[in-house]
Amino acid sequence: MQLSMDERAALDGRDGPAAALAMRVLAQTARMMGAERLIAIESAHIDGCLYHGDSGTLFAERLVEGAGRAGVPTTLNVGALDLLHAGRVKLDAHKAAMARRMMDAYVALGCQPTWTCAPYQAGHRPRTGAHVAWGESNAVAFCNSVLGARTERYGDLLDICAAIAARAPDYGLHREANRHATLLVDCTGLDPHLLAEDALYPVLGAWLGRVAGGRIAAFAGVPRDTSEDRLKALGAAAASSGAIGLFHVIGVTPEAPDNATTFGGVPPAETITLSGAMLRESYDRLSTTSGARLDAIAIGSPHLSLDEVRRLLALLNGRKSRLPFYACTGRHTLSALERDGLLGKLSDANITLVADTCVVVAPILPDIADATLLTNSGKFAHYTRPNTGYDVVFGSLSDVAESAAAGCLVRDQSLWS
Amino acid sequence: MVVARVILPGAASGRALKVAALSFWGGVDPDTGTLTDPSVAHHGECIAGRVLFVAEPRGSSSSSAVMLELLRNGHAPAAIVLGRVDAILGLGIVVAREMGWPAIPLYELAQQEMSAIDDGADIGIDADGRLSRLRT
Repeated sequence: MQLSMDERAALDGRDGPAAALAMRVLAQTARMMGAERLIAIESAHIDGCLYHGDSGTLFAERLVEGAGRAGVPTTLNVGALDLLHAGRVKLDAHKAAMARRMMDAYVALGCQPTWTCAPYQAGHRPRTGAHVAWGESNAVAFCNSVLGARTERYGDLLDICAAIAARAPDYGLHREANRHATLLVDCTGLDPHLLAEDALYPVLGAWLGRVAGGRIAAFAGVPRDTSEDRLKALGAAAASSGAIGLFHVIGVTPEAPDNATTFGGVPPAETITLSGAMLRESYDRLSTTSGARLDAIAIGSPHLSLDEVRRLLALLNGRKSRLPFYACTGRHTLSALERDGLLGKLSDANITLVADTCVVVAPILPDIADATLLTNSGKFAHYTRPNTGYDVVFGSLSDVAESAAAGCLVRDQSLWS
Repeated sequence: MVVARVILPGAASGRALKVAALSFWGGVDPDTGTLTDPSVAHHGECIAGRVLFVAEPRGSSSSSAVMLELLRNGHAPAAIVLGRVDAILGLGIVVAREMGWPAIPLYELAQQEMSAIDDGADIGIDADGRLSRLRT
């Protein structure tokens, strides 16, 4: 591991104690991963601002005390509090105070208070080919796959060190040779109706996360007009069920204009032809219960875009939710909703907006024993049971709207048979 | 003899606890070290003081924060052996050392070699990564 003169000076304390700490952590991580050097980055996205215990707060405050300052444009992922809706999160007083101190510390380090897991829909869009350091698994997957910027799967703690040092270890997905697909996933035989359904994409992602291991996959036969919201759902599900930092969709994502480019000029090491039955199995695995009970609904992981909220309102078509209904989003979408006069429509529909955080990272859901949650998010489906104690049922956005209006579980599974 | 690659230095001993795939975030309670994911083997058991074998480290980049919290509050495993090196857990250990909190060693061992380790056995790992079965 070689540091440049400039990096060595930072390590030796030229830029203050926090910059030195950041450079030490970066250098050790680089060594651990077998990187030979650090590279300059253009931006960072910080996952580390979510409270998991006092240690994270104390670390962020150590950086503030050491005069730490982000050296590149840096956005913040969700915190453990909804700073816009007091009382939404039911954390005890100690944890709430420490979570708040943590969020304040990251802002004091010069990060932008975006508080969203969809920074790529909040204006943070590095150019294709740019080296960046992003945290949060769905944001990493989107940044690499859909934007074509280059980041490894950075974690809490390293993300802020990279932002302060404006450097990242040169390894893994930063290197061109490691970004080619080796696994071809052939979707050409799938029912076109399934390919046109939003709910396919988290199911596809969850399947990929389970089978890919450390491999990079490329999907063939996915429609060219596949929306960013669908790619975001695919990536989030893949990155929660497996360690997926990058995937390609041939003809859709920037590093996959054609087969040869996607696979680096060599044939795929393996091809898997997806069948409806394989997807049905993946769909079923996203639910932890087959019971009919339903207590609450949550959507918005990753945070909802304006378009996703509009589609929900269209499906509800003036009907109210008869169940507790949580829609998680960021300030970027909230301000667009306010601008477009849609906040009133959401409250008329009995939908509770959650901003800055979400229902699987903070205690928000009603405290009900043996309860079941309905979601259209593959990521919520993955984390609901372990993080909230709720059982979970996965469904489409239409299932969500129909269940909300009916006040009980309504699922159309005809596409999945 | 089974020899693991040393990623972060140290020696440790404890009862082996083997899981196929695990994300610390969503899979381990940061306050207690209890395995909380019902789909993971040993669900409900505590990883504190164990030599934790994870064949396939998975998922969220928040796992390094959970690792750091376990090291601060004394519920960390005695050592972690991963089927493939993953920066996310190692980072929690690196930062704990910066903060002056107790750190633990981290090793890499190919999945097929992990099968030689009996789940629940009392084992030791020395500073060179050599694994040995301890007599009980």
